Amino acid sequence: MNGPERFEAHDGDEEDNGPEGNGPEGKGDTPAHGSPPRIPLPRASVEDSGLPLPAPADLGVTAPPPAPPVLEHPVLKALLGAWALAACSPEEATAVEEHLGDCGSCADEARRLREAVGLLQRPESLDLDPGLRTRVLDTCLERRPPRIPVPDWAAAYDAETARLDALLQDFGDAEWHAPVRLRWFRSDAATSRRTTVAGVIAHLLGVDGLVAVALGLDDPLGDVPARQPTPAARTEALWRASHFPPTRFVRAPWREQSHSLVRTVSFTGGGAEKVPVSYGDFELPLHDAMLDRAFECWVHAEDIADAVDYPYDPPSPRHLHRMIDLAARMLPTALAHRRRAGLASPAHHRHLVAAGEPGRSLRLEIEGSGGGEWLIPLDSPAAKGSAEHEVAHVALDGVEFCRLAAGHVPPQEAAAGQVGDREAIRDVLFAAASLSRM
Amino acid sequence: MAKKDVPPRWDRKMQQRLARGEAAALGELYDRFASLVHGLAHRVLGDERAADGITREVFIHVWEHPDSYDPKQEPLRTWVATLTHRLAVQRLRATETAALAREGSGTTEELEHRVRRASVAARADYIVQSMPVPLRSALERAYFQRRDYRQTAADLGITEDEARRRLRLGLQLLSTAHDTEAPGAPPGYGGAV
Repeated sequence: MNGPERFEAHDGDEEDNGPEGNGPEGKGDTPAHGSPPRIPLPRASVEDSGLPLPAPADLGVTAPPPAPPVLEHPVLKALLGAWALAACSPEEATAVEEHLGDCGSCADEARRLREAVGLLQRPESLDLDPGLRTRVLDTCLERRPPRIPVPDWAAAYDAETARLDALLQDFGDAEWHAPVRLRWFRSDAATSRRTTVAGVIAHLLGVDGLVAVALGLDDPLGDVPARQPTPAARTEALWRASHFPPTRFVRAPWREQSHSLVRTVSFTGGGAEKVPVSYGDFELPLHDAMLDRAFECWVHAEDIADAVDYPYDPPSPRHLHRMIDLAARMLPTALAHRRRAGLASPAHHRHLVAAGEPGRSLRLEIEGSGGGEWLIPLDSPAAKGSAEHEVAHVALDGVEFCRLAAGHVPPQEAAAGQVGDREAIRDVLFAAASLSRM
Repeated sequence: MAKKDVPPRWDRKMQQRLARGEAAALGELYDRFASLVHGLAHRVLGDERAADGITREVFIHVWEHPDSYDPKQEPLRTWVATLTHRLAVQRLRATETAALAREGSGTTEELEHRVRRASVAARADYIVQSMPVPLRSALERAYFQRRDYRQTAADLGITEDEARRRLRLGLQLLSTAHDTEAPGAPPGYGGAV
């Protein structure tokens, strides 16, 4: 990222091949006069635009300027870079070229600088294939197995944060400030909040911070007080804390934190996977919290990609599968919440069973990459999903299911194949949407 | 990069973490250098798949031999760029040689010329990316945006003297991309290629 224009220390590359220095105040000893250049002048390459170069080599021949300024050697020498780039006035160019006929050291430098211009190339803005990271790292880890591996359950977070960071790589100010609408479901109604691309990254920074806090790392909120320790309150607090809207400078702390989370969970390893991560009004064990953060990272990366009109692929099948699995495992609790809130279907169908016993179930069939089948117990989170007690079957595409769980697709509109108990199906689809939050 | 006795902390830590076999460190290394590595390899080889292959080779090498990097010698970035350059040029020479043997058209001299040109182009890219931002911005304005040095000075809020100085210095740095073809010469990456 480019900082403000500042001249950084630069060691010793400034060449001065003459004793006179290149400052304009140096003493010139080779006055320019009107003899023609002795060396042929290479042309600068024009590869990038239709604009013609003000061919300096021709100017002196075809249109002798009215009165070329009389410039001295140090001045002309200092002009060589601008001249080689055809970035000085025609009069100056003529003066330089006449000088080159008389001054061997300037002529040598002029030739070198002209050749250097030919090496300037537009940076190829290559989008690295996001799948390459996984392929390269996997090959490396096969060749030399790591002594400290990244836990399985953190791999999706590692991959998704890397993908999002790659998307942000070439963003300019316009992209960073592009408007984004965060969307989720609250009380069965679609809700949204307007922010910018940078605001989304601040959001991810703040909510990933819940995991950081659980691991004993620094809270990215620092001294900023949040009304509640929830994702939404923390995000609003971060947004409010600054007098200005978030800028591209939020990228580095977000990325640093995400790297540091992956590093830390690698060291705490298997023993830590059950460490509770508090989201304010609920908790997830660390391994699920990391999956949840991976899921959010992908969902918001898609929001960002949509906002700036970039393509963005779903996660790899193996990561997508884990994310779907997390949502499927959270559904029974979400159903229970909704029932308590009077949102899910009344109890007359319910068939309460002892904890761990098979209960009335819905078969959730997820198609496509990362898919699979899950039996969702309908009446109690403590019951076991059971094929014997299957009352309904819903089939939908993996990415569609994730969009539903992210609150990006209303449950009424989710493209789902449905067989069986309509109420159960409705409850499960609404429960899936209720998993979404800011 | 500053020539200091104490190597930058990040480089040193990274080398230790890789040596220790920390997979998370490998991921961070990739995130920092993959686009540099892939970009240089692509400039030399002009082919996406081949650049992917070099990227893989470079990270395998670093992961398998973290001790071959000495943080006291040079910045990690320089070392990675040098390694990439060497592997990519090797690959180019090998494929071109195979093509020459197969098709029999062209000469070894032409082949060497192509290899040299690709090699210089990649090194030039690296020099541009690594030069101080003020120099790069001046060159970008003058060359890609066709601003003359007075306009460049106004754009950047600097004096005309300073604009001329930056353009000249930037090109001088860039011209060192040519200097490194002779074996043993101090090359543009600041380390042996």
